Amino acid sequence: MIKTALGIAVRALLGARLRSLLTALGILIGTAAVVVVVALGTGARARISGEISNIGNNLLFVFSQSSARSGAQVNRMTLTRGDARAIEAEAPAVAAVSVWSTINLRVHSAFDSHKTGVMGIDENYFSVRGYALASGRDFSPSEVRSKAKVVIIGKTARVELFGNEPALGHFVRIGRHSYRVVGELEEKGRSSFEDQDDRVLMPIASWRARVVPTKSDRVQLVMASARSSAHTEQAIAQIQAILRQRHHIKPGEPEDFIVRSQEGFRKSQDAILDMVTMLLLSVATIALFVGGIGVMNIMLVSVAERTREIGVRMAIGARPGDILLQFLCEAALLSTSGGLLGVLAAAGTTLLLTSTLGWSMKLDALSVIIALSTSTLVGFVFGILPARRAAQLDPIEALRHE
Amino acid sequence: MAESNILPTTSGPEPLVRLRGISKHYLVGDSVVSALVSVDLEIAAGELVAIVGPSGSGKSTLMNVLGCLDRPSNGEYFLGGVEVAARDPDERALIRNRLIGFIFQGFHLLPRTSALQNAELPLLYRGTPKKERQLLSLRALTRVGLAERIHHLPSELSGGQQQRVAIARALVSDPPLILADEPTGNLDSVTTAEVLALLQELVREQKRTVILVTHEPDVASCAARIVTVRDGRIVSDERNQKPVDARHLLARALQLRAEVT
Repeated sequence: MIKTALGIAVRALLGARLRSLLTALGILIGTAAVVVVVALGTGARARISGEISNIGNNLLFVFSQSSARSGAQVNRMTLTRGDARAIEAEAPAVAAVSVWSTINLRVHSAFDSHKTGVMGIDENYFSVRGYALASGRDFSPSEVRSKAKVVIIGKTARVELFGNEPALGHFVRIGRHSYRVVGELEEKGRSSFEDQDDRVLMPIASWRARVVPTKSDRVQLVMASARSSAHTEQAIAQIQAILRQRHHIKPGEPEDFIVRSQEGFRKSQDAILDMVTMLLLSVATIALFVGGIGVMNIMLVSVAERTREIGVRMAIGARPGDILLQFLCEAALLSTSGGLLGVLAAAGTTLLLTSTLGWSMKLDALSVIIALSTSTLVGFVFGILPARRAAQLDPIEALRHE
Repeated sequence: MAESNILPTTSGPEPLVRLRGISKHYLVGDSVVSALVSVDLEIAAGELVAIVGPSGSGKSTLMNVLGCLDRPSNGEYFLGGVEVAARDPDERALIRNRLIGFIFQGFHLLPRTSALQNAELPLLYRGTPKKERQLLSLRALTRVGLAERIHHLPSELSGGQQQRVAIARALVSDPPLILADEPTGNLDSVTTAEVLALLQELVREQKRTVILVTHEPDVASCAARIVTVRDGRIVSDERNQKPVDARHLLARALQLRAEVT
């Protein structure tokens, strides 16, 4: 039954090749758009997830938060090195703690100048962030204590400031002070958020003494690594408890700090990505819908043109249901082949964009299946009206049709 | 509907076609137009009957009722002993498929479809397997003398050949009744004679029943019985004692053509 109807449908579609192709094109574009959008989303998710992992493992970030009570919004540093030490000592779920402060400043060398992130770091920074040295050495304990004028430089900053000249042992000027370059960071790569190699590092005491003169022990950011991913939630709770106590925050009062986990970043990134993907997907779905209207349109034309054929088929013994099935099959076939071509086009586009523009895209099997079955469904749904019209023709009228 | 329900029961004394008090009324605006008024007609198996009448006489409506394309407003229609007048569209489709072969004035072949595939069309809706379909179609096309043109498209065939494909299509399912609606209306005199000779041959040699609707007296004169319809009624129903043998008609037409050229 269906085989017969499909056979007739194939012949009819091949009989009007150009028209079939153009109609299928509408579905093709819709399906391809859906698959490409999902591929983009999947690829971006994988990439961002990788970048977040690249920052370090199971990291927790504690930021200062200016209290809402004061009218003026001041970017007050509420965290101190004491806080960091307390967390390290008292939070069992935390493996290591590091603090840093950073500011964007113009750094000068003998050759050039470059605006980059100037960071004051403590001795745990390398291990917590997962940085390593490519050459040179780390700050010595005495340099850290004596607020020495020494820096470790990232690759991007080094290239900007020294080009191909050697940097180790040479000086950079930040503000009124000169600092000796003692080491260079191993390349970490660029993420969507920042170039992790574009920075100049110095002991935090040096930073506080000369770069941004800061009172007491204030730091911009405390970073802790949880013992494992399973310890993350525990670590957050412990850090919050310790800081509330140290900052004398009574129960119910707002905190003057925020704790964020790497996982939290990932989730919020995913949420944003989901939203963008949904938005694009809805546009793609509209394209598919418009393609469906195209199918309906052409099927109506086809029914009108083939009225006499329908009459002949009916006279010869086709039941209304046979005619209905024939035109439904035709619409579904048209739409499905459009969908198939669309998936192929999407695969081609993905390949092209990945290889030429370096976009991270990933064909998603589920999206391919869903897009294909949706295109078939679209054919059936938009084929119903024309097919019903054909099936309800009166054979006598249809035979007389010119 | 069970298939046995519509298949002819016996070929005994019961006539193949029996119309009793068939009427067909249309509502045109506020007034009722009667296309057929209380028509009684019996046709036995193996007859070649011509139904004639001017246009507007109701012969097309009669044809449509006979072909189960149209439902009469009143009356009974027995085809092969089975009441077929009051059936729903699906049942009528099945009846047309099993019991009736249609031949139309305009041939009504499917375009871009080979003669073989055109002729096998009724079997398609019967669910006959492909091999058997092709075999029967080939047999029917051979019967009408087109064995060598089975892969031709309608556009590659002459009018007479196209009508012969249509006749093969009507024969392929081996129906008890063949309805031919102005089968020669679009044909020249030579091919007209060819088609008529073929129909006569089918009646004579295969004992088939053919109802021929025409407004041409020449065509009607080939039938053994002529039923005249006027104003929705049968006004005469006569035996044609000496039906014209279409083979003579063909010979004459060919001779005429030879003289002209």
